[in-house]
Amino acid sequence: MTDNTVNGSNTNTKPGGTSFVRSLLNAWSWLFLILILGFFEIYAQTQTGSTLLFRIYNLQAISIAASQILLLGLGLTLVIVAGHIDLSIAFSTGFAAVVMALIIRTAGADAGWVTVILAMLAGLGAAALVGAVNGWLVAILNVPSFIGTLGTYGIARGAALIVAGGATVSIRNDHTRAFGNGDILGLPVPLVVAAVLTLICHYLLKHTRFGAHTYALGANRASVERAGVNVKKHLILLFILSAFTAGIGGLIYTSRFSAGAANAGEPILLYAVAAVFIGGASLTGGQGTITGTVIGAFIIAVIQFGLVFCGLPPYWQFVAVGLVIIVAVLVDQSKDRLMGGKS
Amino acid sequence: MTALLKIDGLRKRFGGNEAVKNVSFEVNPGECVVLAGDNGAGKSTVIKMISGVYQPTDGKVYMNGALLTGKTPEAVRTAGIETIYQDLALADNLDPGLNLYLGREAVKHVLRFPYLDRKKMREDAAKVMLSLGIVVPDPAAPVREMSGGQRQAIAIARAIHWQAGIVIMDEPTAALGVPEQREVMALIERLKKQGVGIILISHNLPDIFAAADRIIVLARGVVAGERRPAETNDEEIVRMMMGATL
Repeated sequence: MTDNTVNGSNTNTKPGGTSFVRSLLNAWSWLFLILILGFFEIYAQTQTGSTLLFRIYNLQAISIAASQILLLGLGLTLVIVAGHIDLSIAFSTGFAAVVMALIIRTAGADAGWVTVILAMLAGLGAAALVGAVNGWLVAILNVPSFIGTLGTYGIARGAALIVAGGATVSIRNDHTRAFGNGDILGLPVPLVVAAVLTLICHYLLKHTRFGAHTYALGANRASVERAGVNVKKHLILLFILSAFTAGIGGLIYTSRFSAGAANAGEPILLYAVAAVFIGGASLTGGQGTITGTVIGAFIIAVIQFGLVFCGLPPYWQFVAVGLVIIVAVLVDQSKDRLMGGKS
Repeated sequence: MTALLKIDGLRKRFGGNEAVKNVSFEVNPGECVVLAGDNGAGKSTVIKMISGVYQPTDGKVYMNGALLTGKTPEAVRTAGIETIYQDLALADNLDPGLNLYLGREAVKHVLRFPYLDRKKMREDAAKVMLSLGIVVPDPAAPVREMSGGQRQAIAIARAIHWQAGIVIMDEPTAALGVPEQREVMALIERLKKQGVGIILISHNLPDIFAAADRIIVLARGVVAGERRPAETNDEEIVRMMMGATL
């Protein structure tokens, strides 16, 4: 290291003491998840003499709740890493759910597999359309994504309610019900679907050039533009991906409950956004991982289930999740301060 | 010696305003040419005509004898002219390797799926940085953790790694502290030793005299004069920068 002539004035050398704090802050969501699991388990053991963790039913309920959050949060993670937001996913989910349900209802109770699959594709198409409009607004017309997707949030909501005639579209179809409530290798279908999509999104974000460009876009748009990347096309693809995973959430909803509701995704929007930020993403973009979002989704699902399990009124979950979001932002800020860069 | 880059009678008119009237100069391998001039002298316009961002109203740019005028910025970069902007255009959240390769990432295949080859990119980055005299303490750390001079080195490393023959630097020391300004000047020396031709835009006199092999002074869109640092002094350069207005 003797030829290190230019490195002499490195002012950013961090004292060794903070590196422990840093890794603690990086892993805080893992620790937090373990902490609340431990808390609820101890509560269950001591107060009610039962168990939370060691009953398959509980674990299944928690993971299905987490999958719902994940299906909205996966594509959203990539959008947020790129420095944008997608609020319309709430109703991309509902739109997909309603379109799928309507087609199956029109086809009748004895509609076969082919019809069900076509109905699902149509539902996904409806969601992807919302995503394409978002992409067009943000990438081509330069509308800030918060406003643009708030607009399509309303439009998709209206469109879903209009095609559904303002009501929940209930269906009676054995194939659909079998899909939504069935098992694959002993695991509930929603969980398997969410797991597969999680792997795909993780691969996309972490291991592909597309993912690298997404991170770079979130940090500094000029860096990717000058590197010759087609930023507009990239943004459009991101918003379509986000609507697409949310749309799959809608298909799962319709299949599980044998009904398509326009507001299928609405209550989950806040949780999905929260999961992404709890998982380490930053509002300014450039940060966040799929692994983080998965942990975030599980933290919320455990809080939801755990509070009800403890016999508290379910409304407490809103308070608890709200508090966790604030903690997540505080952790993010102190991380920034420790690591330098933006502050 | 044949010139690496030849700029011949560049002119640029924006509406009724002629920002650059008639600018010609050459850059040889391993030579640092400083474009000096006050704000509005036409320095940036000349640079943008070389890098392909603007098309000149008149005049031509040749690289190794081949005509560059009319090409896109991407094509100009492929031809070996790399521009380093004041803001560096780094992705702060990525490591030096990915910044070096941004837009041209190295990829390996695992079970037919393309995977980013982070290891190769990091190693290459460390290697090029070392050739600039910089040891990257942690090749996996994001570049926001690096000093201003080190960050500048990454932008320069990009030019070296992709084998640029000419590097254009727009006010590289403007946003830096004094020690980091020195780092950048050391980097320019190393680039020159590697045979790279440099066009440096600056209106900071100490920088100009420290780095330049030739100083070309622009004033109101024309070349007001050309000097070697040894033949001139601060006063004369300033006079030339103001010259056209007096």
